[in-house]
Amino acid sequence: MRSLLKYGKGVITVGHCEDGIFFLTGKDFTSAGAASSNLKAVLERIGISHDIIRRTAIAAFEAEMNVVIYAVAGMMKYRITDTEISVTVQDMGQGIPNIELAMTEGYSTAPDHIREMGFGSGMGLPNIRRNSDNLSVNSIVGEGTTLEFVIKIKE
Amino acid sequence: MNLVEIRDILSATVITNRALLRNSVESAYCADLMSDVLSFSVARCLLITGLTNAQVIRTAEMAAIDMIVFIQGKRPALQTIRLAEEKNIPLLVTDFSMFDTCGRLYEKGLRSKSASIGLASIVTCHEG
Repeated sequence: MRSLLKYGKGVITVGHCEDGIFFLTGKDFTSAGAASSNLKAVLERIGISHDIIRRTAIAAFEAEMNVVIYAVAGMMKYRITDTEISVTVQDMGQGIPNIELAMTEGYSTAPDHIREMGFGSGMGLPNIRRNSDNLSVNSIVGEGTTLEFVIKIKE
Repeated sequence: MNLVEIRDILSATVITNRALLRNSVESAYCADLMSDVLSFSVARCLLITGLTNAQVIRTAEMAAIDMIVFIQGKRPALQTIRLAEEKNIPLLVTDFSMFDTCGRLYEKGLRSKSASIGLASIVTCHEG
């Protein structure tokens, strides 16, 4: 944990900030979920409320599963301040040709073996959206996708 | 409804260690699609499912699900059971079908709870 200085209107307020990074491996279904599990443990240690933890864990897990299903490798970075949790999941994958379509509930390009595991029913991105206060998706076909979501701890 | 009641109603076997026998749930949700569980279940519920892979435990962990019943005698691998114990999620196995499992629990008063989560207020997308 380290301290974060916020400067504004001549007043210095000292808050806390914690950040970290997890690496993700594509097609590794044994470890899939470990990063989100670790992030959840960090939030529990800090004492974030159950509702916020659940929303963050679900959004992070959906994003992590997307990397494991579709990409070669990726990483999950998080940053927790007094007011919000922001999570960035970046991958080296195939990219998303049409993000608006991917945001549609039920739209999926997942192969059958992923569906047999109970995933890939086209609810991933819509569910990240449902659980976050702010979501941005940047994707380049053939290079990869960067997804960032923010969940506010305090209004 | 507590774990022992659920076990008796479903003539189920508890396959995780006995330390978790005191757990109880407020509601139930059933699905084989983990995507649906992540989207529509609520915290502190019982998950009834026919899927037995490790992702079911991960899903339950993220969705704050307190207990899992596997239907039709489906038993997860030892590795999956160990993961559930590590996460303090008790697992039960019943020989009943999904329909009969839900029906029996409903008959004894267990109900579902609907999820209500708003959409992200700001969404930005960039394609290249």
